[in-house]
Amino acid sequence: MLRILVNALRTGVVTTRYPAEPSVPPDRFRGAPVLRPGSALPPPAVCPAGALSEHLDAGRRHVVLDLARCVFCGRCAEDPWVDAVTMGRDFELAARCRDDLRIEVVADDPTVPAAGPAPDPDAEAARASSEIHRVLGRSLHLRHLDAGSCNACDWELAALLNPVYDVRRLGIDFVASPRHADGVVVTGSVTRNLETAVRRTFDAIPDPRVVIAVGACAASGGIVGKGYASAGGVDRVLPVDVYIPGCPPRPEAIIFGILVAVGRLSARRLAREG
Amino acid sequence: MADPALMDALRAGAGGSADADVGPRPSDLTVRLGRAGDLPAVAAVLIGPYSMALATVVATDETATPDGDLKVRYVFEPTAPGAPDRFVTLLISVDAAHPEVPSLTTAVPAANWHEREMQDLFGIVSVGHPDPRPLVVHDGWPQGVFPLRKAFDGSQRVPVEPADEFPHLVAEGEGVFEIPVGPIHAGIIEPGHFRFTSVGETVLNLDARLFYTHRGLEKRMEGLSPLDAFYVAERICGVCSVAHGLGYCEALEQIADVTAPPRARLIRSIALELERLYNHVGDVGNVCAGASFHYGTAAGMRLKERLQQMNERLAGNRFLRGLVVPGGVRLDLSDDLLGVLAVTLQDTLAGLDSLMERIEANPSVVDRLDDTGILQHQAALDLAVAGVAARASGVDRDARRDHPHGAFAGPEPLDLHVVIASEGDAMARVTVRALEARESIRLVGELVRRLEPGPLQVALVEPLPGGRIGISAIESARGEAVHWLRTDAAGRVERYHLRSPSYHNWPAVVLAAETAIVPDFPLVNKSFELCYSCTDR
Ligand code: SF4
Repeated sequence: MLRILVNALRTGVVTTRYPAEPSVPPDRFRGAPVLRPGSALPPPAVCPAGALSEHLDAGRRHVVLDLARCVFCGRCAEDPWVDAVTMGRDFELAARCRDDLRIEVVADDPTVPAAGPAPDPDAEAARASSEIHRVLGRSLHLRHLDAGSCNACDWELAALLNPVYDVRRLGIDFVASPRHADGVVVTGSVTRNLETAVRRTFDAIPDPRVVIAVGACAASGGIVGKGYASAGGVDRVLPVDVYIPGCPPRPEAIIFGILVAVGRLSARRLAREG
Repeated sequence: MADPALMDALRAGAGGSADADVGPRPSDLTVRLGRAGDLPAVAAVLIGPYSMALATVVATDETATPDGDLKVRYVFEPTAPGAPDRFVTLLISVDAAHPEVPSLTTAVPAANWHEREMQDLFGIVSVGHPDPRPLVVHDGWPQGVFPLRKAFDGSQRVPVEPADEFPHLVAEGEGVFEIPVGPIHAGIIEPGHFRFTSVGETVLNLDARLFYTHRGLEKRMEGLSPLDAFYVAERICGVCSVAHGLGYCEALEQIADVTAPPRARLIRSIALELERLYNHVGDVGNVCAGASFHYGTAAGMRLKERLQQMNERLAGNRFLRGLVVPGGVRLDLSDDLLGVLAVTLQDTLAGLDSLMERIEANPSVVDRLDDTGILQHQAALDLAVAGVAARASGVDRDARRDHPHGAFAGPEPLDLHVVIASEGDAMARVTVRALEARESIRLVGELVRRLEPGPLQVALVEPLPGGRIGISAIESARGEAVHWLRTDAAGRVERYHLRSPSYHNWPAVVLAAETAIVPDFPLVNKSFELCYSCTDR
């Protein structure tokens, strides 16, 4: 027992100060791909997750990156597209609207700026969530719902409780029963075999409640997509409040998304920065 | 090379109606049985005198090819330590109009789930199966719809009909009651349903219903370019990302007839050991959670976190995704990173040793682990159990040695100390895991010493050769995973099948849990630490 105490004291404090202090990911970290307007952007077929699409608008080639689908594999930033795409280091990608995660770039003309998103898609959602912020902003109890993930997102949620991230310091905790929860964090694309359990768990949570889709599969179906055994994303079954891209999102990215969900942080306008 | 005595024995078993060929790899043998009915007799030759075990079962729909049939391949592997790296495939043709084959399950218990899965996904019935309940498809799955048949459109949704009960063994008597647990659990873990039938705390029967995370990934990969399908394979399971990515790549590289360069093979093996390490270290901590030893849980989580942060520095992803790719690796290990690696591993070793000391010096933890959840040696063999669970029950099997891959397949021999224990209880599994983690740290040191400058990738040129099969076996943190891949005439993925170690180990958890009391189930389960997602796919 004494040895345990001595070990614990010797270890000291290992907890991060994120989000009070920024978290700087390592050099090789693959965050949101950055598409350079006016460059020879890769064709959609390059992306194994179907995150890239293109269309012609007034004779110009527009390329759209859907961050909700992206699995951050880095393939679109490899030879021969290294000049057109770089893997950015941005990981605070959570958004309230699925559309906010679509970044549109004009491929063949450097003078045309990246298209912005619709005027302010966030405002409506933010208004709707002010009640959530008032009720749940300081103390949020979440139920984890695995809707058919590969377990990577689940392990990152479990990591939020480790001594390094320790989200209880932020008033966030995970609870065993949906009846004790203020919302769900959902991982996975909603498999056919879990659809009933997903609906019943959600129904057992009292209002107001938040739904946070964690990771590419939950946010969009990801690389699993839609098929005989997969619904293709949580929003096909439940109303989603916040989408957190990543494959899986790193723990800080999940913390960011949870704080966005309760209005303690605001989602950044990714598309506008594009 | 093919063994003439074995071929004769198999022909005799099949009453002469069997053809043997070398393949898929030069060291392998594929035996076509003229009559499906001979399957049990021929399998008995492999299991009995040749002491082989079932490695995987792969069904394919070849109705659109000139053969116009369904086929089932029962793949066996030797189990004797030091046996050559070989797979023996028994291949039978199945009439699509009357898709029936004899069941092997009574004689080869490891065939149980394979046969049930084949019935659900292909409509191939294993006649004589003792428990033919649906396995993979749940809740009102329509009769006669088989999603892995080629005629089935995989993008089509099959509507759900909620069902409140599933067929399971029901016991009656005074004081007998059922405890339903899951699929949504109290903690942050994967979904599965466990139905305990018990009297007081004593478990009479446990039924594990899995496949909740069945995403249809094998179907999803069909028709894709094998280079694109890799990204799906790498994402079948989070904590097996390296192992499954690598297994897929090695199968694909066989088809393409290329070998990853030496430096890439070393880096692949380093990644595989790092994956084993963060899993094993975290799993030792998680067992402490099952025994309510919270210091141990926190210490394990902290050590694991440090390793995952290092993963992110090495690979740009905390699960080491994006390092292994078809043809080699896409990132190098610079001297700076090797320095970080060395320091992190040294600290991990010290931390793990201290954690194990604390566990072993704590009678209340040891008491929970000792003699809890015993898996008998014979049961481990019968179920073809893999990995830590098998080795803790005295089965001397490790795919790194038995089916060399990564750097183990290189020209220079690489020593591996395979850790074995005989008790088969939770304590043995924890101890084996901790010793294997130490061995991984030693191996990484050895692999790093062997790194020589050189290329990281060979090119895989599309289209890939058509109509070829690749097979590989990788020792993941959970045990041996067997990958089977075949390309179609255009060089696209025609069929991919993964048999994960957890697939064979889940039935063993059930057996072990039946030797324990209900409150010890979390502990027993965590001592096996299996994946749901790579079982369910
Ligand atoms: S990094 Fe994202 S957008 Fe680029 S290829 Fe990979 S999944 Fe597609």
